[in-house]
Amino acid sequence: MLTLQLLVSGLANGCVYGLIALGFVLIYKATEAVNFAQGDFMMLGAFVALAFANDDWAGLSFWIAAPLAMIVMGVFGYLVDMAILRRMFGQSQIAVVILTIALGFVLRFAAGFVFGHEPVSLKSPMAGQEVRFGGLVLGLDEVSIIVVTVALTMLLWLVFARTRLGVAMQAASQNQLAAYYMGIPVKRIHSLTWALSGVVAAIAGILFASKGSIDPSTGLLGIKAFAASVIGGLGSLPGALIGGLIVGLIEPFASYYLAAGYSQIAPYLLLFLVLVFRPHGILAQIHAKKV
Amino acid sequence: MSLLEVDNVTLKFGGVTAVDHVSFEVEEGEVFALVGPNGAGKSTLFNLVSRFYDPVEGDIRFRGESLLKRKAHEVAACGIARTFQNIELFEHASVLQNLLVGRHTHRATNLVSELLFLPSVRKAERAHREAVEKVIDFLDLQAFRDKTIAGLPYGVRKVVEMGRALALEPKLLLLDEPASGLSTEETQDVAFWIEDIKTQMGVTVLMVEHDMHPSRRSATG
Amino acid sequence: MRTLFKTSYDFDIRLVKHAGHALWYGLLVLFALAVPLLFDVFLIGEATSLLIWSIGGMGLMILVGQAGQESLGHAAFLAVGCYANTILQDRMGLPFLLALPLAGLISGFAGVLLALPTARLHGIYLAIATLAVSMLVEDVIILAEPVTGGVGGLVAPTISIFGVEFDRYAAPGRFYYLVLAVTILVVFAYLNLLRSPLGRAFAAVRDSEISARAMGVDIARAKATAFGLSTAITGLCGALMGHFAGVFNHESFTLITSIQMLMMVVIGGLGTIHGAFFGAAVVVLLPQAIVFARDFIGSFTGAGSVAVPGLEAAIFGVILVLFILFEPLGIYGRWIKTRTFFDLFPFYRKSMFRRQKSYLKTERMR
Repeated sequence: MLTLQLLVSGLANGCVYGLIALGFVLIYKATEAVNFAQGDFMMLGAFVALAFANDDWAGLSFWIAAPLAMIVMGVFGYLVDMAILRRMFGQSQIAVVILTIALGFVLRFAAGFVFGHEPVSLKSPMAGQEVRFGGLVLGLDEVSIIVVTVALTMLLWLVFARTRLGVAMQAASQNQLAAYYMGIPVKRIHSLTWALSGVVAAIAGILFASKGSIDPSTGLLGIKAFAASVIGGLGSLPGALIGGLIVGLIEPFASYYLAAGYSQIAPYLLLFLVLVFRPHGILAQIHAKKV
Repeated sequence: MSLLEVDNVTLKFGGVTAVDHVSFEVEEGEVFALVGPNGAGKSTLFNLVSRFYDPVEGDIRFRGESLLKRKAHEVAACGIARTFQNIELFEHASVLQNLLVGRHTHRATNLVSELLFLPSVRKAERAHREAVEKVIDFLDLQAFRDKTIAGLPYGVRKVVEMGRALALEPKLLLLDEPASGLSTEETQDVAFWIEDIKTQMGVTVLMVEHDMHPSRRSATG
Repeated sequence: MRTLFKTSYDFDIRLVKHAGHALWYGLLVLFALAVPLLFDVFLIGEATSLLIWSIGGMGLMILVGQAGQESLGHAAFLAVGCYANTILQDRMGLPFLLALPLAGLISGFAGVLLALPTARLHGIYLAIATLAVSMLVEDVIILAEPVTGGVGGLVAPTISIFGVEFDRYAAPGRFYYLVLAVTILVVFAYLNLLRSPLGRAFAAVRDSEISARAMGVDIARAKATAFGLSTAITGLCGALMGHFAGVFNHESFTLITSIQMLMMVVIGGLGTIHGAFFGAAVVVLLPQAIVFARDFIGSFTGAGSVAVPGLEAAIFGVILVLFILFEPLGIYGRWIKTRTFFDLFPFYRKSMFRRQKSYLKTERMR
């Protein structure tokens, strides 16, 4: 029974990592950029939802607040790309990494300035509810996280594999110049991708904030989520989910079976080992450069 | 004994056979041209000689000794220098520095002496620079000497890459499409240089071209 | 504009290229030597801090700017250098003059150990691997309490060289000179690196691994050397940081420190020694500037000087974003442009420094 509890809480945590990782992968897959601020996007999404839903702010119904937050974060993502990332066009990947880390600092400060640094939780219909599967009692918040994450991963995968937009996204990343020549509006595709990952971040934020509480530094979770997406294989959507689940599951089990202190190390140790022995993750997509 | 012997070499990428049982020999002092359409596997052969790929079958011998025992970075030390089809220069360094990298196999100083810049290092540096200036003179690169590669036109880059290979003082020079993308005049220059590289420097040349004109002018075998 | 007529190979080898060089850098060194005579204790402390950060900046710069290997984990090597230096002096009783270089060597060795398994990694993957190391070291410091003092941390001993004490508070001027000496040594080694075969091999690895290999450069070895050299210097910086701070624990060397170091070299200007110093100046002066600005604004609004958490990081972030967007070459790049403007006046053109337009291709599925 204990194992099962650890398993479910690990899965739920893992799905949060997976959701943030999905945002990373989305942007990486379509624009070759790595958004280190994705965790902070999630934090921001959660706060925006909170501002719409909680009674000391706008006090709207959760079911209105959640879509609103998703729209706001989508627009935010679009604008971030348009105002900042678009100017980075053609600069090295690492410049983008540093830029987004800096962006994360700014977002964290802005959120702290507006919403304060005390942990707060979102007024959500999921909080505190229970679901019964036979003899099993699970929190509705945890179940909904798992369901939404799996559904979202499949949906995004379908978008990439089946829709015109998805194919255009892949083309834009594989060869920007050739994509231009083929009439693909590469810049707009990039902005749309950022918008999409903003929406995903909002969903992650809403689910995370209904499960527990958030504060501006919650965004640092993004680092763990990034570890997850690298473990799974950057650039692979199912990889993001798998990586997220692995990191999510390692934590509760490591903290239960290992001495205190060692459990924190576990995800990063795994990350390092994966990078050394399987540099491009479990679902690797990288092949050697041709001359 | 031939300088370079490619003996029955086969390379497969997954299911595709890129090079299928190829054999040829390059004699010392000749200009040997491989001519064929795009995708025939010419550059792949170069990459095999450079040890970027491992052949599934066959052997490559340089001066009678199998190259397959060497790692990619040890090939240059054997006396084999090369250029690339899509120019692989060090973009953020000057022409002079690019050519000096070509001298890397002649590096005899170690980390500590270089950090202290001991007199031995200074002496070696002078020797490297003398060798490189000769190449600069030979290829008429004086005007671009201190320019960063990133700002140079295509034709000049092509020449710089050839110069970098020459700075290595190779026995065998592999030129991957030395004339592709060059104007008629530049192509003529390259043809003369290849001639001079063979006669004046005594370097054997193995080159790849997909069209016959430049190679017909300089190839001897 | 100065035209040099080169008459021997030594013109390209020499460190001092012309009389202007000698004059300005000579004046700079004189100024650096005069700092303890000219300023009060607070400013001497700031100058010392600037030099210490510059050493770390140069360490990271060798790796990022010269060899093109990005590291998001250099705080780990600050920690290694700092702890090694203190432990060698306190537990083993070694004198500072031995402990400092040894701390550098140990840190460099740790860097090589990291570089060997990660030699295959590039770009962001390497950055992530080093990030993981930074996180790991932070936790290891807490776990290895018997050696590192755990969460409580350690106290750096007072430096004593042949009976003369170099305490930061008791003798700030002396401590400053000590740091200055180390800085000058590192600058000298860095300059030598730039004009020797190894430095060029680093540049080759940075710009094109494939042709570096074809030119006979052993990539894995060059990367390991770059890591070792970089982390050794970073270790020296860490050791001095420990003496400067007096007390330190795992929180002195977090991922944020690593990130700050990387941002520092980017703001300063990648690939140049000047960049390390400019970046360090921003890191050291920014908090002071913020305090100053807050007091200034507070004196108008009467709001008092309330500390705003995260403000410093945010302003640092904004500065970085602005630099990457508008001046990717960093402060040093700005300086070069300004100088060229006056050199060529009135013939300067904006396009002289324009970046070539480039298009990205995926690293995957090639």
